[in-house]
Amino acid sequence: MELLDILLSASFWAAAIRIASPLIFATIGELICERAGVLNLGIEGIMVAGAFAGWISVWAGLPLWGGVAVALIVGMAFGLLHSVLSVPFGLSQHVVGVGITLLATSVTFYTYRVVLPEVSSPPKIEAFQPFEIPLFSDIPLLGPALFSQTPLTYAAFVMAGLTAFVLFRTPLGLAVRAAGENPSAVAAQGLSVTAIRMGAVIVGSGLMAVGGAFLTMSAFDSFFFDMVGGRGWICIALVVFGAWRPGKALLGAILFAAFDALQIRVQQASLGTVIPYQIFLMMPYVLSILALVLMSRSAQVPAALMVPFNKGTR
Amino acid sequence: MSALETGAERADPVLRMQGITKRFGSVTANEDISFSLHKGEVIALLGENGAGKTTLMNILFGQYSADKGVVEAFGTPLPAGAPRAALDAGVGMVHQHFTLADNLTVWENIALGTQELGAFSLRPARVKAKTRDLSARFHLTVDPDARVGALTVGERQRVEILKALYREAKVLILDEPTAVLTPQETDALFATLREAISMGLSIVFISHKLHEVMAIAHRVLVLRHGRLVAEREIGDTNAEELASIMVGGEVRAPEVPALPAGPALLTLTGATAGVLQDVDLTLNAGQITGIAGVSGNGQGALSDLISGVLTLQSGEMQIAGQTPTHWDARTAIAHGVGRIPEDRHKAGTIADFDLTENAILETYQTDFSRAGWMDWTKARRHTEHLIQTYDVRCPGPDTPIRLLSGGNMQKLILGRVLEENPQIIVANQPVRGLDIGAVNYVHSRLAAARESGSAILLISEDLDEIMKLSDKIHVISEGRLSPAFLRGALSVAEIGKWMAGQGFAHAS
Repeated sequence: MELLDILLSASFWAAAIRIASPLIFATIGELICERAGVLNLGIEGIMVAGAFAGWISVWAGLPLWGGVAVALIVGMAFGLLHSVLSVPFGLSQHVVGVGITLLATSVTFYTYRVVLPEVSSPPKIEAFQPFEIPLFSDIPLLGPALFSQTPLTYAAFVMAGLTAFVLFRTPLGLAVRAAGENPSAVAAQGLSVTAIRMGAVIVGSGLMAVGGAFLTMSAFDSFFFDMVGGRGWICIALVVFGAWRPGKALLGAILFAAFDALQIRVQQASLGTVIPYQIFLMMPYVLSILALVLMSRSAQVPAALMVPFNKGTR
Repeated sequence: MSALETGAERADPVLRMQGITKRFGSVTANEDISFSLHKGEVIALLGENGAGKTTLMNILFGQYSADKGVVEAFGTPLPAGAPRAALDAGVGMVHQHFTLADNLTVWENIALGTQELGAFSLRPARVKAKTRDLSARFHLTVDPDARVGALTVGERQRVEILKALYREAKVLILDEPTAVLTPQETDALFATLREAISMGLSIVFISHKLHEVMAIAHRVLVLRHGRLVAEREIGDTNAEELASIMVGGEVRAPEVPALPAGPALLTLTGATAGVLQDVDLTLNAGQITGIAGVSGNGQGALSDLISGVLTLQSGEMQIAGQTPTHWDARTAIAHGVGRIPEDRHKAGTIADFDLTENAILETYQTDFSRAGWMDWTKARRHTEHLIQTYDVRCPGPDTPIRLLSGGNMQKLILGRVLEENPQIIVANQPVRGLDIGAVNYVHSRLAAARESGSAILLISEDLDEIMKLSDKIHVISEGRLSPAFLRGALSVAEIGKWMAGQGFAHAS
């Protein structure tokens, strides 16, 4: 059967993991923010800014990892702006987040036009190439899917593991989780809720930008308008899907990416001639909503998510 | 002579506050307060709501910084506004509103902030072992692996105390620790505190319950309007004297003798709704029926059911012998059910509406509108009448109600209810957070309504209030209601057992 053939092919899973990688970065970034109690709706814009910043730096002559670093710093800068407005000033996290998305997107497009005023098609860079991990990449099916990816994909998985470790195994992670559950508990222990929350938003935003940079520096080799195309919003849903746990969020990202990879292949298969292709385009989103409905029932929302904390008020 | 003795005997204080003054805008919360605490001593800080007790302790604990004055722990001044410094100096605070994260486990809550943030491990085994050790030493039984959200209020308080002990606190500050406990849990807490004193800890005990202060404290400081108005050794004073110092005059609580039952105005038979299970209840005309119990055991569901906010799943409700075909908030009002809601800010009033708008919330359609138009003149006259009759202190009927004190807000709600001559009154925590004057006022008004034939359901966490006012008493626990007991038929200890869920036949 055609569907089974697709599901058992290494190239399908390799594509799924590749599509999942930017989602993993950005979802983990969002998860860190939300665990500390801040909803970061700046994610979509920060991914756009990261995608552009990484790519343009490499085009201007920096090495690839230098580009990743620039994306990270740009993301952290937007995170700093977000956190100053949302944490010490306690402004509405919805308004701040949407504002950051609009700002980051427009600043990116403006900068693009300033730097490249005359081009009709954006220049290409030498993107990250797949790096086959010796021995592991020889495992059938799993090898090509998991161990023949670009270094940034490996970095995404490492980042998810590292985040899980820090959140659940270290005092710092405990403080971050407590800040998202009951900031008064953190303040009563003499820790600064403001510092913890700002730190989480800055780090999380940096990861979102790296997720964006993956698109221009690893998945493709150039920058297009609308290339982020709503991935940020998907990541917000993936955090809920993953019940605010890095491991589950990672699986959710892979699941969504698998649907996405599947729909492209099904379109090309014989079914694609019968059913309009828009139906297939819809599939990952519809299935995500279904999965979200099923998964998020048991989820523990951080109790203080979106609740500003002001010391000295009762 | 006792002063001489103690002065010679006592070593340097473990804690000293000198000349503490704190203002919030034009309000003086603390004015030139000084005291010291010694090793192994319990001092009680007594005062009404708003007397400045909590502010003073928040200054001590570094959550606020004082405008003037010095805080010293073990002879070293504490920097202002730094909880960390107070913690490090060995001062631990058990807050009135617990500072626990519900979704974290007990041991995670205890570990929070006790380790270097840069450390690579939380060392859970070590935290749990030390917690178990402290639990055993201080009789604070709690499972370190339990999620805090799954614990009872009494257990959560134990976690709060464990947090302080874990940090090796030498001074414990307890802010209204018994407000949420059953009598048995209070006894257990006092046993723990006595244990702590015998190990050389010192305690500041904040309360407005006189018998508790008399039971646990060595010395008592009385605050009134932000000033320290008296300091007494516990052996040199008594509850009556402390009460009159606390309110600044004679305290005269209304005498409410028990009355025989009139006709049944409302009966619930086998009522199941929300968390309520198989509840039997009769409200008789001319009686106050008290519901005792720790909050969160179904009191809200009971008052919502009678108020028409919650619908019956099974069982029967009769109003004056009739079974209403349909029961919602509007029919409840039409049947003469007056409601004093538990939370006057959330359910009782609309903060930004003025007094007039709040006064007519339940009756604006029937009494204050004509052909679809509001009759504001009549509404304002009605409000002025309420303000006068019920002694609501306010600038006028056009003031937003959020600017009123809790007591005055409650008086307006009381007036709104009583002016309709309700058959049935549901009073859920009618005096919570009010000062003694307002408490007595609300109680005497409820007693008067009882005499004019209303059936009153009084729900309260304060057992003294229930026992003083009710003609008959039920105890509520986990949605189940005990049988009715006449006033005086049950001792505090027996009520406490019912509150803890003992005595109920086990449901099959």
